Formats: sequence, structure tokens, C-alpha cells
Amino acid sequence: MSSLARTTVDWRTSLSLIGTVTKALTLPLVGTALVAAAYREPLAPFVGPAALTLSAGSALERLERDDLGLREGYLMVALTWFVIALVGALPFLVAGEGTLATPVNALFESTSGVTTTGATVVGDFSVHGRSIHLWRALLQWIGGLGILLIAVAVLSQLSVGGAQLMETESQTQDVNKLTPRIEETARLLGWVYVGLTLLMVAVWMALRSVGLAPAVTLYDAVAHAFTAVSTAGFSPRADSMGAFSPAVQWATIPFMFLGATNFVLLYHLTQGDLSRLRDSDEFRFYLQVVLGLTGLTALFLVASGQFRSVEPVVRHALFQVVSILTTTGYATVDFNAWSPAAKNMLFLAMFSGGMAGSTTCSIKTIRWLVVLKGFRRDLFTEVHPDAIRPVRLSGNVVDDAVVRDIYAYVLLSLVLFVLLTVFVVVADAASAGPEISEFEALGAAAATFFNVGPAFGAAGPYGDYAGFPVTTKVAFIVMMWVGRIEIVPVLVLLTPTFWRS
Amino acid sequence: MRVVIVGAGEVGSTIAESLAQSHDVVVIDIDSDRVESLTYSLDVLPIEGDGSDIDTLEAADVADADLFIASTDDDETNIVSCGAANVVSDAFTIARVKSPKYLEAWQRARGAFGVDFMVCSDLLTAEAIVGLAGLPTAQDVDMFADGLVQMTEFEIPAESPVADQTVAEADRFDSLTFAAIIRDDDVVIPRGSTRIAAGDEVVAIGSPESIRAFSSEIAPEEQGPEDVVIVGGGEIGYQTARLLEERGFSPRLIEQDEERARWLAEKLPSTTVLNSDATDQELLDRENVGMADVVVAALENDQQNLLATLLAKRKGTDRAITVVNTGDFAELFEAVGVDVAVSPRKATAEEITRFTRARRAENVSIIEGDKAEVLELEVDADSILVDRSIRDAAADIPEGVVIGAITRGDEHITPRGDTIVEEGDHVIVFVGTEVLDEVTEKL
Repeated sequence: MSSLARTTVDWRTSLSLIGTVTKALTLPLVGTALVAAAYREPLAPFVGPAALTLSAGSALERLERDDLGLREGYLMVALTWFVIALVGALPFLVAGEGTLATPVNALFESTSGVTTTGATVVGDFSVHGRSIHLWRALLQWIGGLGILLIAVAVLSQLSVGGAQLMETESQTQDVNKLTPRIEETARLLGWVYVGLTLLMVAVWMALRSVGLAPAVTLYDAVAHAFTAVSTAGFSPRADSMGAFSPAVQWATIPFMFLGATNFVLLYHLTQGDLSRLRDSDEFRFYLQVVLGLTGLTALFLVASGQFRSVEPVVRHALFQVVSILTTTGYATVDFNAWSPAAKNMLFLAMFSGGMAGSTTCSIKTIRWLVVLKGFRRDLFTEVHPDAIRPVRLSGNVVDDAVVRDIYAYVLLSLVLFVLLTVFVVVADAASAGPEISEFEALGAAAATFFNVGPAFGAAGPYGDYAGFPVTTKVAFIVMMWVGRIEIVPVLVLLTPTFWRS
Repeated sequence: MRVVIVGAGEVGSTIAESLAQSHDVVVIDIDSDRVESLTYSLDVLPIEGDGSDIDTLEAADVADADLFIASTDDDETNIVSCGAANVVSDAFTIARVKSPKYLEAWQRARGAFGVDFMVCSDLLTAEAIVGLAGLPTAQDVDMFADGLVQMTEFEIPAESPVADQTVAEADRFDSLTFAAIIRDDDVVIPRGSTRIAAGDEVVAIGSPESIRAFSSEIAPEEQGPEDVVIVGGGEIGYQTARLLEERGFSPRLIEQDEERARWLAEKLPSTTVLNSDATDQELLDRENVGMADVVVAALENDQQNLLATLLAKRKGTDRAITVVNTGDFAELFEAVGVDVAVSPRKATAEEITRFTRARRAENVSIIEGDKAEVLELEVDADSILVDRSIRDAAADIPEGVVIGAITRGDEHITPRGDTIVEEGDHVIVFVGTEVLDEVTEKL
């Protein structure tokens, strides 16, 4: 059956696939339950939901399944993240501890987890057991793996700008079912992701064994590896990376950076092929943006006179820039206390994101690079009106239609960001809570919509989002979801034509 | 020698004409009008038919042919014809192609497609253009011995410091030989005391470095070109731009057809492709074409090429290299202001001619107006040169012959009186047309 002949959306197929995803969530729930048992913590938060996912997932899976068409793909992508967020909230509700006991807060935390955002509503980290903190980390790791697989297997087929530009052969493949070729690609990239996670655990434990990381436990290493490689940013520690030694902080930077590097390039790197990385225009640009913003941040930190010696300035500037730019969201220091100039560098970094085809969020360097190259081309043709100059990435021509799509995507992102900011300010003014400044509203909107995590002010790196009015938190939940799956799959669901023939 | 030529277009009939005097030539063409006109114009046997059809080939007695040349305008037809001829005959097959893609495949496995030799006329033309573009007063450039030796024909401008010097004064380069001077259509074999005059054409043979050094001696104020504008993005224009890019240039290329221009822009990352009409004066002003060092006109049509060249020259371009498809126009074009006229047919003919000689030359370059040739020959045991010094051998070599260069392996040897030539050496000789057959036999 071709997608043209279909008159309506085959929602059964989408739901059936979501059933499979739901059923698969039983595994991490059971795993966390085992950890809870080991730590002698309550099992109910995980065993109950596990029973639910197994039964509901199996029931949904039994729905009639057909080939995944274009529309079913959009529906599936949009619903998958939502459903995982719902399931993810269950352990928090069942546990019923602290701020996570209310449904909106639980859903906020869970959505922030699965969208690899890292914005938290947890105020007091000590009221939650290790198993709940591990569940938060695990949600992010699943979210990171999920976006990677979805980016390769589904988004690349649905012509969603950035994912389509991934450096895989799959771009040219037909929009239809998931071919064996794509499954193979997805599997290889999944192994790179798992390998990177294991490597980070090993590096942290190695640092501990040589005495450079006294605060690190195996639990810390695993929980942080889950949220660093997925560029997500939850930490079981209230003071995030500030709880660890400088050596650990340095060692974490490369993992956040690699988590936001195109995994296809990383795969080639594991095969000993350096040339792909070297020849990638996007990688060079990503590196330049990171180093450029780090340099400026360090400069502003020195100018503000808050630091006395070189190493802490470089470490804190680099760590914070990499953490925010890759949309991870760890912090080694409360950057709320930084000078406005340095804070604004971090604010700018939120709009960048890392490379396409990674676990990063935000607009992504590939889009900015195409926009920049497009601008430069337009300036050139302004002087030479007859010239034909295609936009090139790593020597390959980017189709003008794709360039237009990318312009549109960037514009759409910025418009939604502005609307969310205004919403935050208006909703805040309507509630009785403490007043929020415009910069804090801008920061919170960017940090959630671009899935970064920490913002400024109350929602800063050592703060939380619990103080926002319920309406604002609901808006954040929706926008984290929309931002993570690159806007389009959600927006098309809102168009009437999607549901008609 | 019996030669079968398929395709009586521009190239095919030119080859037929030059071979008809001394060989048995059969020409196959599918077009009856062309066949008829050949019957009256040339002393060849014309056959109407499809050159890739085995019956036609048998009718042309391909089995007895020594040489089979497929030179229609269609690449695939030429290749298939050679393949078909290969089935029924042992003739040496030559296919002319326009697109370098077949050449690339053939070069990986010589003899592929049943083609013994493949000539890509558009690529040869582009190579000639790029060679000429780099040397300000050059009229003709050809490479020998895998690029070790270069033959260049220079025109000496009136204001050149070389004008009025003797050959001995001008030749200060170790690995350069002044093979000939062409003055008022006569070939002069220069001595040390011969005085070079403005308007002379000097045929120099030597290493590419020494040729470049001599070029800047002739025109010291001319820097190497930086700004090259190519008009016309057909195969020749495209290949010229591609070769220039390989040499580090960033040329501009003007192409009228939008779709083709887009294709070119995608293929040529360092070239600025302009989608416009090259005879549009506003465009020429807007893009400052007058400031260009070299304009290359490579449109399909000779008249348009001339128009585009003359417009560019009027805007102030230093030098114009123009592709001329109709051989007879070359001289006319040069008379009215084109600096160098390049003929794709000449390039093709040079490649094919060497297979028609009793003795196969490694490379042939035809000097203006067919007055002489520069040949690359491998010295065998029977050569009068072998194991003798050039001074000793000179007595046996006819007048009008100059040994320009010798290569031994990868080494370039400048011939002097006491140079001993060995078997297996390649000699690059300048030979007057009248002694051509005699010389090729002896050397």
C-alpha cells in the first residue's frame, strides 16, 4: 500500500509501534527496580509502572500494523516522546517524594529527562533515593539513544532539515519503510553511543583509582555517564559537577563534546578514519564556535576580576560553554554570579547546539553554517547578479530547496522562542509568585525550548524550575517536547491536511 | 595502408583529406548528402551506411584495413563501431570521443571496448588552451615525453627585448633549443648568429621551466595571468575551467543556459559561473571583463566566438584565445584581433596522424600551416643516431632537421654536438614536411 493511495492517517500502525516502544520501557524499569533492591529502597515506584508498560504495551502492539508511511512516521515520532514522558513520570508519582509528588512536576521532570533537557524541579536532592536519581539519569540516556536512532531511522526519511543532512547514505533513500541498511546504520551508531558511555564510566573510575577523584563513586560515574553522552545534564548532586574535582571536570568536557558530534563521524573515527572528521565543514565550524565562545567567556571572566589564576578561568569558561552549547547543562560553578557579559556568552551558546546527527538539541551548527554560507552567497550575488553560486558543505552542493527549508526552520525556532519568552513573562505577571526579570524569562525559554536545562536566576544551574506557575511549567513541558523532535513533526499534526487525504 | 574512417563530419573529412594522398581511404557515413559530396571532393571510397553495423563494415572491407578511425559526433557510436570492427578485423582502432568519462575508463584498461587508441578532442583542446593561457605570447603548445619536454611556438612582439637579438644572445637557457624561426611563411633553421625580428615565430623545444623562463624573457612586463574569463560552458569550456582549477586558478565562466550554468556551478567549486549572454555589453562592464588577463571563447559557434572575443578585446582584455571549429577561419580570426585561434580538429588530427606513418611516432605536433612537424621518436638499434655523437650523425641527417631534446628514462638531456645517443632514448625532433618520410625512416 503506497502512502498516496491512503486517504487517512493509519494511526493503528503508529500506535502499534508505540506499543512496542512502551513495552521496551519495561526493561529499564525492571533494571532500576533491581538497583533499588540492591540499595534497599522501595521497589513499588518501578515494579508498578513496569507491570503497566508490559500489559499496555503488549495490548497496543497487537493493533494491526502496516508499513510506516510518511504521516504515520510523524505521528509516531511525536507520540513516542510524549508516551515515554508519561511513563517516565510514573515512578516519581508512585514514590511521591518532595516536589516530584505533584503530577505537573513529575511530568516536567520526566519530559525534561526524556527530551535530554536537564531542567529540574527537584529542590531538595536529599529527599530522593538513589534509584529515583538513577531513573532520572536513565530517562535521559534513553532519550539520547532514542533521538539518535530516530534521527537515523525515521527523521532522515521525513525530510526534517538537520537530520536529513546527516552524513549517511540514507539521505538518498526512499521515504518508506525502515530498510535493513538503515537498521544496520542505527545499530552501529547505537554501539558508538554505548561505547562512549562505558568509556566515560571507565575514565571516571580510573581517575578515582589514581586518587584524582575522591568524591566519585561507581554510582556517580554511571549516573553522569548516562547524562553526559546524551548531552542531557541531570545530576544526582545538588551542585552538579561542582561536587567533583577539577580532574573529573576536565575529563567530562570531551564526553559532552563528543555527545554533540555527528555520530556517523564518530563511527568513522572508531574505524581509524580521521579524514571524515578533518574534512567536515560542520565539525570545523562546531569547534570554532566552541573555542570562540570559550575565549570570549574567559576574557569577560578575567575582566570582571572574579578569578585570580589561569586554570580555573579556562576550566570554568570551557566547561560552561561546552555544557551549555552542547545542550548538556552541567555546571561546575553557579554562573548566576558571573558578570552579565560572561552570562550573555552562555545565553548565546544556547542557540547554537552541536552537530546534526548527535544527541544535541537546539538549532544545531549545521543549520547556522548553512545560514551563514547562504548569507555570504547572497551578498556575493548582490555584487554579481548573474553569478550562480551553490551553497556547499564539505564540498558537496546543498540543494537550494534545503537551504530555504533551513532558513524557515531557524526563523520558526526563533519565533517560537520569542513567543515562549513572552508567555513566561505574561503568565508570571498573572501569578502571585516572585517576579521574574526579562533576562531570566529569555534564559528559561531558551533553556527549555532548546533543551539546554539550566537558565539564569531562580532556574539557574544550582536552582530549579519548581517556582514557576503551573501554566508556565505546562508550556515548558510542551516546548521541551516540540523542541526535541525538531518542531516539524508536532506542527504537521496540527495542520488539517495531515488528517485528511 | 588501408584506412577506414567512420563519420565524414568536420574531423572525419579533415583526416580523410590529409590521408587520401598517400593511403587507400574508405569513408563510411550514414548521411547520403555527405557521402555524395565526398564522392566529388576527395579521392576516397565513400560508403553510405551505419558504421556500427557489421554488414556495412564488411562492405567497406574492414578485414583488410590497417587502421580504423571512428570519428562521428556521437561518442557511443564511435566506441561501438570500434568494438564491431575489432570483431571482423585486426585493424588498429581509434575512437574519437567528446566526453572524458569514456577516456577515463579506457585509460584504466587500454584496449577496453575494443578501442586501441582513444582521442578526446575536447579535453585535448582544453589542455592546449590552458597551456597557452599560461604563456603570454605563445601560439601553440605541445607536450612530449610525458611532460618532460615542451614545444612552444612564440610570437615575438615588436616591443619585446628579444626582438633584434641574435639567437646566441637570446638563448641563455641550458635546457632550451631554438628549433626554428618562421618568418613570412618560410621556415628558417637558426644559427647562433641569426637575428630574431619582431613578428617572427620562434619554435622552442625544452624543459617546461626553461620555456616559462624564455616566455618571461620575451614579454617581461607580462605577469603570469591571474584573471581568466571563459565564455561558453560546453565541454571545452568546462574542461578548461576544470584544468585551470587544478592549477590553482579561480576562473570566471559565462554560460547562457541556466540549467547548464547551474550544473557547472555545482561541478566547479572554485569557478564563478555567470548565467548570462557573453555578448551582453552591460554584463561585460558589470563584471569588468575588460580587466581580465585572458579571455577564452569556447562557444559552439565560431561567429559567436569571434564576436565575444572582439567585444572583450574592445573592453580592454589583454589576450584572447578563441576556439575555431572551422579550420579555415583560424587565420582570418587571428588577422582581425584574436591572439590565438585553437582548433579542436588540429589537436585531434595531431593525435591520429602519428598512427598513419610507416613508423609510429610517440607524439606529433603539427607546426602552423603544415610546414613542419615536431616528432617524438624512440631510437632503435637501426637508427643512424644510435651510439654516435650528434656531431658525427649530423652529416647523415638531411637539411631542415633539428634535434630539440632527448629524454633517457625520466631524464631530460639537452642535445649538444658531443652528446651520444643511446638505444631506447626518445628524441624530439623538428622536421620540415618535405623530408618527413626520409627522416622518420633514418632516425
